[in-house]
Amino acid sequence: MKTTRRQTLQQSAAVAALLATAGLLPRTALAWTPAAFEAKTVADALKAMGAGAPVESKDVTLTAPDIAENGAVVPMGVATTLANVKLLAVLVEKNPSPLVARFDVNESVEPNFLTRAKMGQSSDVYAVAITNDGKALFSKKEVKVTLGGCGG
Amino acid sequence: MADPMRIRAQAKGNDAVVRVLMSHEMETGQRKDSSGKVIPAWHITDVTATHNGKPVLKAEWGPAVAKNPFMQFTVKGAKAGDKIAVSWKDNRGDTRTDEATVS
Repeated sequence: MKTTRRQTLQQSAAVAALLATAGLLPRTALAWTPAAFEAKTVADALKAMGAGAPVESKDVTLTAPDIAENGAVVPMGVATTLANVKLLAVLVEKNPSPLVARFDVNESVEPNFLTRAKMGQSSDVYAVAITNDGKALFSKKEVKVTLGGCGG
Repeated sequence: MADPMRIRAQAKGNDAVVRVLMSHEMETGQRKDSSGKVIPAWHITDVTATHNGKPVLKAEWGPAVAKNPFMQFTVKGAKAGDKIAVSWKDNRGDTRTDEATVS
């Protein structure tokens, strides 16, 4: 009967909306993918982004200071000369959640991004390139922090 | 509505170097207020940019990006007069878009 079907559909939509807000439904491709950002280790974050075990590579460059005076604002750049790269990511090993940012790479932008991040303490910082076939290549550097950037 | 982003796009050869300074608290969710309660996470999660309407940048950020975030990227095949629009979305669902012209 028409009314009953419409009511059922409306109820389903309402429930779906509630579930989506609660994070129980798969998000659309454009929404934030929290699994990688919630990972507690560099290895888990990379796995959540579809990469295998990372391999060090001279073709991935990380730009970061040797000593960061202010851990709340540490400039970090990630770049690569490799073709076939799907995304570039910046990770701070000792942060509560290592993944800082990920940048999708496509033919309209240079695979070279600069941003500023918070570091809780002196730590290794990783620049990682993940290729279209799931390989992870990285470069890392120890950045010393004189004043931690997570507050408190 | 947050303060506007400051976007500077400069032509360099066949590309445009785009620098963006956004206005956002980027609260990590790690801090506690004076009464000991955790200040909830509030930060930009998605950043996108278009060049003359065509999507060119897609980035995802976690709470570790610094407060009032800065970002620099280079758009290929851009020239003076082209329009670059940058948008962000945060974990509360707020969004903001600002535009600049390549100079």
